[in-house]
Amino acid sequence: MSAAAAGWLQAGLLVLALALVHRPLGDWMARAFTTDPAEGPKSRFWPQGHWRVERLVYRAVGVDADAEQRWPTYLRSVLAFSLVSVLFLYGLQRLQSLLPLDNGMAGVEPGSAWNTAVSFVTNTNWQGYSGESTMGHLVQMAGLAVQNFVSAAVGIAVAVALVRGFARSGTDRLGNFWVDVTRAITRVLLPLATVAAVVLVLGGVVQNLSSGTEATTLAGATQFLPGGPVASQEAIKELGTNGGGFYNANSAHPFEGPSAWVSLFQVFLLLVIPFSLPRTFGRMVGDRRQGLAIVGVMAGLATASLALTNWAQARAGGAALQLAGAATEGQEVRFGGPLSALFGTATTLTSTGAVNSMHDSYTPTGGLLVMANMMLGEVAPGGVGSGLYGMLVLAVVAVFVAGLMVGRTPEYLGKKLGRREMTLASLYVLVTPVLVLTGTAVAVTTDTGLGSLLNSGSHGLSEVLYAFTSASNNNGSAFAGLSANTPFYNTALGLAMAFGRFLPMVLVVALAGRLAAQGRAPVTAGTLPTHQPLFVGLLGAVVLVVVGLTYFPALALGPLAEALA
Amino acid sequence: MSALRSGRQLVAAVRALLVATVVLGLAYPLVMTGVAQVIAPARADGSLVSVDGSVVGSSLIGQTFTDEDGAPLPEYFQSRPSASDYDGAASGGSNLGPNSEELVAAVGERRADVAAFNGVPESEVPADAVTASGSGLDPDISPEYAAVQVRRVAEACGVPVDDVQALVDEHTDRRDLGFIGAPHVRVLELNLALDERFGDEG
Repeated sequence: MSAAAAGWLQAGLLVLALALVHRPLGDWMARAFTTDPAEGPKSRFWPQGHWRVERLVYRAVGVDADAEQRWPTYLRSVLAFSLVSVLFLYGLQRLQSLLPLDNGMAGVEPGSAWNTAVSFVTNTNWQGYSGESTMGHLVQMAGLAVQNFVSAAVGIAVAVALVRGFARSGTDRLGNFWVDVTRAITRVLLPLATVAAVVLVLGGVVQNLSSGTEATTLAGATQFLPGGPVASQEAIKELGTNGGGFYNANSAHPFEGPSAWVSLFQVFLLLVIPFSLPRTFGRMVGDRRQGLAIVGVMAGLATASLALTNWAQARAGGAALQLAGAATEGQEVRFGGPLSALFGTATTLTSTGAVNSMHDSYTPTGGLLVMANMMLGEVAPGGVGSGLYGMLVLAVVAVFVAGLMVGRTPEYLGKKLGRREMTLASLYVLVTPVLVLTGTAVAVTTDTGLGSLLNSGSHGLSEVLYAFTSASNNNGSAFAGLSANTPFYNTALGLAMAFGRFLPMVLVVALAGRLAAQGRAPVTAGTLPTHQPLFVGLLGAVVLVVVGLTYFPALALGPLAEALA
Repeated sequence: MSALRSGRQLVAAVRALLVATVVLGLAYPLVMTGVAQVIAPARADGSLVSVDGSVVGSSLIGQTFTDEDGAPLPEYFQSRPSASDYDGAASGGSNLGPNSEELVAAVGERRADVAAFNGVPESEVPADAVTASGSGLDPDISPEYAAVQVRRVAEACGVPVDDVQALVDEHTDRRDLGFIGAPHVRVLELNLALDERFGDEG
């Protein structure tokens, strides 16, 4: 079988698995997050009450689980939880040498600890450090992996709040953040992660508490073989679209990605929730076709990107790769080209940022594509929760554009999109490009920014552009030649991650509050149907045009210049 | 009033994070460790390979087969180049770009070395033999790279080429399920088999 044919069969198996799982999982999540008895279909399964274990959590947290919040309170909960998380994770890293299970690691330096704390709380999982030489098992488990769960749960909660904004009318209540986060963990993330971790262990991913083993190799040298509770962390790292590797080489490390089928399973894990959430959205707004339209746009963009990346990576562009004969630099033999391209595409389209091959060494066109995937704003299908709310905001923009064309007040799902709604949506769209382009501009005009480059010329610019794109979009993958563990990059990328996560969340929750307060406009002959191919095409075009126009000049100087050279 | 409400959320946040840390940060990984140690202890511990009771490596982690000066040992199949020199405490790739001059030079040099060492024309040297992996710990080589090395290994061990080829075939994995990943040869296990079959004990 040719490599290309095998590659398409891998992608086909993945699509099949996602198609089979997204309906039951999407429906399950819709049930889990339908907390108001007045909502959802009338059946004995809807809605679900609190589970006993959840009641224990609510008592421990000290919240009234049946009291719903207005949008400002919901937002305050989001921000308070994230702030506390950053402080805790910072402290844990700084103090790790005083705590058990530190594996002899020193306390993490302040700049790196700040960057890493923000990175994991914002679901970015950018890594300026090398896991096996910086983080002891306690920080990995009780610090980083906890944020893998809760940052994903926060993303889901904010997405659910926006969906409720569309589903509800005439109310100032958006739900209860603590209930949403708890249920995201107890009903979705923890059960799935447990199953996934068992599969990973069976596939060869390590799961132990050892600090490592010394081996004496066949040639008589000494080799250190690291240990660690990896499978449990790997499972939620993919499932929560986090992406922070236990080891420096991330999922390319044989202890994280021991075989090809395990790597393909990891791709499935990182796509499964983002591709199921549109179904959840459709169920919660009472029209499954709306969810289908959203997932259609996501799948269309993802398929196009994968096809292009496969094509680019199979062609061995770039002087060094041409000389080698194939784009195997930074690639594992057991995975091969197509599975590496599939992982690279999925991880950059989902804000995961885990890698099973090194993007910095991709062909020029391949590197351009994985960067452009992130620039789409992480919406195809995007991160857990953030992908759905990002795409819904872009749907609002698309409806507005269509409304301008025909001269009608735009409506989406019966909600009128007036000046205030459009202001919030427009600001949302602007946040990330401003962070990416400003950050890159500052970095390439200062000596301290330029001092970290490994590669020169247009590829050097690409390294910086990639870093700020990755941080601001909360992806976390890197053109890792950039030495990012410096005071400048730790600070600047930390800020990009924090603003890139929380400014959009503020805007989304505010938008949700305004939408929920509205009544519902009746559907008329003049209403733009938002479940038909016309709208799918329009939304796809808006995603591409908004991105293309914003980033094109920067892309032209970096990866595009290199690809055309 | 607003400050008071924010204070309440902060208290809830601290308590929520404590619960999450205990349940997700301690109970979950420790329970999974227990489960893993019961259902697949060898894999959970890193698929370690022992010879005569001492650990010689992991079947998942590549290693170098060179002498003290770094010269390749002709009686062993050689691993791919590695950006970390197969240091298990420093995984990672070179991260050199596709047009990097440093990478161009390295590829050219490795190609010449591999061709000379194995006595084959440079045109036969496959890409994985001249490029570093992403992990720096790649345990595998392509069947093409193994094919380039068979004759040299057979000569160094003083055994027929066909016997070495048979061992290579035994240690070649096809794609998972026939279509996932890429065919690969497990180098450490292959070299162990060579030792076992042809090793001249002294």
